[in-house]
Amino acid sequence: MTNRLSPNRLQSAFAKGHAALVCFVTAGDPTPDATPAILDALVEGGADVIELGMPFTDPMADGPAIQKANLRSLAAGTKTADILKIATDFRARHPDVPLVLMGYANPMTIRGPEWFADACAAAGVDGVICVDIPPEEDGELGPALRAKGISPIRLATPTTDAARLPAVLDGSLGFLYYVSVAGITGKQSAALASIEEAVARIKQTATLPIAVGFGVRTPEQAGPIASVADGVVVGSALIDVIAEHGANAAGPVRDLVSALAEAVHAAKKELA
Amino acid sequence: MTVQTPNSFRNQPDERGHFGQFGGRYVAETLMPLILDLEQEYRKAKADPAFQAEFDDLLEHYVGRPSPLYFAPRLTEELGGAQVWFKRDELNHTGAHKINNCIGQILLAMRMGKTRIIAETGAGQHGVATATVCARFGLPCTIFMGATDVARQQPNVFRMKLLGAEVVPVTAGAATLKDAMNEALRDWVANVHNTFYIIGTAAGPHPYPELVRDFQSVIGREARAQMLNRTGRLPDLLVAAIGGGSNAIGLFHPFLDDTSVKMLGVEAAGHGLDKEHAASLAGGRPGILHGNKTYLLQDEDGQIIEGHSISAGLDYPGIGPEHSWLKEIGRVDYTSVTDTEALDAFQLLCRTEGIIPALEPSHAIAAVKKVAPTMPKDAIILANLCGRGDKDIFSVAEHLGVKL
Repeated sequence: MTNRLSPNRLQSAFAKGHAALVCFVTAGDPTPDATPAILDALVEGGADVIELGMPFTDPMADGPAIQKANLRSLAAGTKTADILKIATDFRARHPDVPLVLMGYANPMTIRGPEWFADACAAAGVDGVICVDIPPEEDGELGPALRAKGISPIRLATPTTDAARLPAVLDGSLGFLYYVSVAGITGKQSAALASIEEAVARIKQTATLPIAVGFGVRTPEQAGPIASVADGVVVGSALIDVIAEHGANAAGPVRDLVSALAEAVHAAKKELA
Repeated sequence: MTVQTPNSFRNQPDERGHFGQFGGRYVAETLMPLILDLEQEYRKAKADPAFQAEFDDLLEHYVGRPSPLYFAPRLTEELGGAQVWFKRDELNHTGAHKINNCIGQILLAMRMGKTRIIAETGAGQHGVATATVCARFGLPCTIFMGATDVARQQPNVFRMKLLGAEVVPVTAGAATLKDAMNEALRDWVANVHNTFYIIGTAAGPHPYPELVRDFQSVIGREARAQMLNRTGRLPDLLVAAIGGGSNAIGLFHPFLDDTSVKMLGVEAAGHGLDKEHAASLAGGRPGILHGNKTYLLQDEDGQIIEGHSISAGLDYPGIGPEHSWLKEIGRVDYTSVTDTEALDAFQLLCRTEGIIPALEPSHAIAAVKKVAPTMPKDAIILANLCGRGDKDIFSVAEHLGVKL
């Protein structure tokens, strides 16, 4: 089964006339059985794009909250097959909500890039964010994903300068994930002015929508960012709610996402 | 017919940092610009006679190089086969080969204008060597060390603190070397503007495997010249222990194009290859971790499995990418040695030569013990004695059931 329609789901998410709320949770946290209800809560709360984290033993770009989520998931016995099943079932329940897998290179490539791209296509996955495959190593996964109509979503950071940006954009699809701080997930957030400046700078070269993440935790932070970017990514704050409420996290997750979505969707777009 | 360029095993990696299919630059985007800068700066430093001169001067007067090449007569007699020679890198300042690399990298850090140093450490040898060069050059230094290792390597923790380093116990994951490396990468990504990461082994993203190898190759260059000078010939077999593989690649690399010289890398088989071990080549398969593609201990989903060895310095679930390549093309043979065999070899060297080796080279000695008797008496084995055993006295006593 191919996935030819998948780029449309991501495109639509960024063409609603308001900024998109992108929500990250780790698959299998606290257990594989608990994840579907949490994903449904994200959709019900108003998330426009779902990022489903693939747990890894060595999540070196993540802060303590997501590290612990990875370990909780692995301790619960989450396998790659479970994650793909979670994705497949999500697609059946939510035919129109874009779903992106996010994680590290080794679990994604261990059976070969073609295997992973086929599995993503079969599960109805729209895009893949691989933290530790920079454009220089694109051959490891990018060509296989693009051949199956899956968007490789790249990261740009404060250290990605103008000279390097074209290389980051080359082969990027779906949206560009702007990491607003040089650092790990869930720590400090960037000043709005620096985000605005960076998004404007990237927009001079990029045609893809730009979603801004890292350190965004509250509606009060998310709203202003939504006024200067095409999307806002929230992860660690949701992971914290899941850590607190465990198997009963769906309700509290829905509440937080609703508040975030209200702020993000109401933000007045200042971008041209 | 196309003309083949002269074949060499010494011209890796390629311009993208690949040794065959291994190596590469698998890092987060935040680090990529810095990795590219580092590579450029390393190329310039390599071509700069002043950089080389300062490196050589420090190795001679601060580290104490060249280290001796030593013929071990009683061990040779005991084993009853090939002559056994040792490259005595355990006599270096700080007691191991690690300092060679740290000198090179801190000179690079200062050249790049970096004002803060970070490093990971397992047993603490690389941490001590890094803290040492930081004290020597007056740079602040933060060492990440797994909390489990902090508890079992207290003397080295105290050494690092005496030298002025901040030691950060890492409680994430399994709280050992790989988690210390994860934490160092997390610190680096948040402090790229002023911080240099001194990686301790010939692994990590390009250009680290290449530059660590180049700095450690002083071992093999000296040994090759010393052996020719003393015996008029090259050795028949080189033997070195492998965790990440920096002492081994340092010894092997200058000999790679000497076709008569065979090489044997010795991994840690821990409790046995069918139980807990740290032999990535023997028991792992290719994957991506800590910036490079190489052989890794991992499960079918690509989750990393903890290594185990009696030697904390070999206790890492990966291996430098150049070793993965040398294995795959067959230029170097790799074997493994259990905890028990290493302990026996440790005691054998104490008894026969009056040298207390570290547990890491005890693995190399154990391999020598197996292979020397199978070789003729005029054959020459050269093993790297890459560290001294003072740090291991407590754990050896514990394993031998001796209460200190």
